[in-house]
Amino acid sequence: MSNEYLELSQVSIEFPTPKGPFKALNQVDLKISQGEFVSLIGHSGCGKSTVLNIIAGLLKATTGGVLLESREVDEPGPERAVVFQHHSLFPWLTVYQNVELAVKKVFKGKMNKREMAEWIHHNLELVHMRHAEHKRPAEISGGMKQRVGIARALAMQPKVLLMDEPFGALDALTRAHLQDSLMEIQDELGNTVIMITHDVDEAVLLSDRIVMMTNGPAATIGDILHIDLPRPRRRVELAGDSRYNAYRAEVLKFLYERQRNPADDDDTSGKTAQPKIRAVKTAQVGDEKVKVA
Amino acid sequence: MKDKFLNTLQLIGMTWLSPLVKLASGDNPREQFADLFRYVGLPFIAVAAFLFLWAGLASKVDTSLGQLPGPVQVWDQVQGLAEEHERERHKAEAFYERQDERNAKKLAKDPDAEIKWREYTGKPTFLDQILTSLVTVFTGFLLGTLIAIPIGIACGLSKTLYGAVSPLIQIFKPVSPLAWLPIVTMVVSGVYVSADPMFQKSFITSAITVMLCSLWPTLINTAVGVASIDRDLINVARVLRLGWWTQVFKIAIPSAIPMIFTGLRISLGIGWMVLIAAEMLAQNPGLGKFVWDEFQNGSSDSLGRIMVAVLAIGLIGFLLDSLMLTLQKIFSYDRSVELR
Ligand SMILES: Nc1ncnc2c1ncn2[C@@H]1O[C@H](COP(=O)(O)OP(=O)(O)OP(=O)(O)O)[C@@H](O)[C@H]1O
Ligand SMILES: [Mg+2]
Repeated sequence: MSNEYLELSQVSIEFPTPKGPFKALNQVDLKISQGEFVSLIGHSGCGKSTVLNIIAGLLKATTGGVLLESREVDEPGPERAVVFQHHSLFPWLTVYQNVELAVKKVFKGKMNKREMAEWIHHNLELVHMRHAEHKRPAEISGGMKQRVGIARALAMQPKVLLMDEPFGALDALTRAHLQDSLMEIQDELGNTVIMITHDVDEAVLLSDRIVMMTNGPAATIGDILHIDLPRPRRRVELAGDSRYNAYRAEVLKFLYERQRNPADDDDTSGKTAQPKIRAVKTAQVGDEKVKVA
Repeated sequence: MKDKFLNTLQLIGMTWLSPLVKLASGDNPREQFADLFRYVGLPFIAVAAFLFLWAGLASKVDTSLGQLPGPVQVWDQVQGLAEEHERERHKAEAFYERQDERNAKKLAKDPDAEIKWREYTGKPTFLDQILTSLVTVFTGFLLGTLIAIPIGIACGLSKTLYGAVSPLIQIFKPVSPLAWLPIVTMVVSGVYVSADPMFQKSFITSAITVMLCSLWPTLINTAVGVASIDRDLINVARVLRLGWWTQVFKIAIPSAIPMIFTGLRISLGIGWMVLIAAEMLAQNPGLGKFVWDEFQNGSSDSLGRIMVAVLAIGLIGFLLDSLMLTLQKIFSYDRSVELR
């Protein structure tokens, strides 16, 4: 895994706010190889979506940049398809038309009409949504919408698939089902995937590496965990696997001991004391990063 | 089949009929009778109570034109107006018959004879006036829509443009039709000069006044609808690198359609309200002129006839609103939102 397919180097971003610039990310460095499945995990508001949006080209880093196959990313494009947290299907289009919009744009001139229709059907079949192709988003469930969103992204044949908490709004059962589908598809197609999640089990189950982020402001990568579990992975078998549980424990430790939820800090300490505590933490994490690297 | 029928009823705003349909198909009768009472019985009771109150109070009010008419007298006037309409139609038919005969005779005598065809110019009846009003209001509304939607879309797409136009919108929006009318009248008389005018000036004046007063809700709703498109959807469009044209016509406008229809519905309502005032002043031969003429006329029937007009205006306004609501429901892609 030495070839650097996607590279984030020294990415920092500041948002202009009424109270002056707000530094959300500080010096994020990350290298991802082709076909790798990487999860981003961290407390709410730490900057996960911001990282993803910078890779997508929807946000521009203040300093540093993103390279995909050694070319700088400076605008959004279909080779970095995004699955958004809230499905974001066009509500006035049917399931089929939603995928069609993407396919028509990406494969115009490369496929004829029949090939496009086949390709759309193929992608809907991947996520088992062929049966509802003529329904509108309002007529299907949340899990089904999310699947169509994934089909739309896959249909763009992206180099990198970016997913922002794709299963965040779903119930546990649907979520497990979609995770399995995603693993199947990933096995078959070998996409490079970056996925944001809040769910430790999900991260360990799906990822080759888990990137754990420190709390903001000026968040950065706290630690990276390699998950060396053989594929295909089955959730039921893994539940008793000692390595799986060790990985889980590691992520939990990072999240709840080394990076306590900023919301918890609010309960225990006065507001004025807060920045100091954060500063200490960031420094500590900084040391850690050296060790990891 | 039954569900489809019920859906159609719901779509055209006739929900009150659905208990009857369900009864006929053998659904739980108790529930259906309760629904029937709620949708039909209660409104019926309310209307009956109103009629009694009206009858009781009207008999106590004396005006210079006699007693204020109650429901019974108004109903008499409805019949009177209907008879008048019949009579006029007969007269018109008779007129054309005579004209045909005369011309036929002339031609029989001399095949090259010059023959004259004249339009019957009788007094417009109440129904004619309703028709004139409807044509006028739709003309004004259509003109307004043609202006409001493109400008609204442009304003929704560009914050700068919206910022620039916004003060004008805010200033002109609350202006009363009575204030516009004199200006419109003068402009129309000045600009629309033609030896053989296709439209009457009063019609154009009324329609333009309706347009000026009714275009604002559509404009504002269109602008807000286009501007408030979901950020995620815009991001999808950016990821797909959709062109400007596609973004506007495939994404911005469709996403604004429900808002646009809400605006159109409000606009048509305002247009209908404004029209009556405009017709009174412009002397456009519609319902407004009918009310004005009856008021000037001052016969013992006048108040009753004006009340007929008031009820007709209300009823037509209600029908127009139902029509727009039906369109709004048809065009809204999110059926889960209940529209009223
Ligand atoms: N456009 C913006 N302007 C100002 N501040 C912003 C903007 N976007 C994000 N931020 C701030 O940057 C930080 C990171 O936000 P981000 O949305 O990336 O968090 P997140 O990790 O995705 O959180 P969550 O898990 O809740 O989605 C937050 O403190 C947020 O307030
Ligand atoms: Mg987020």
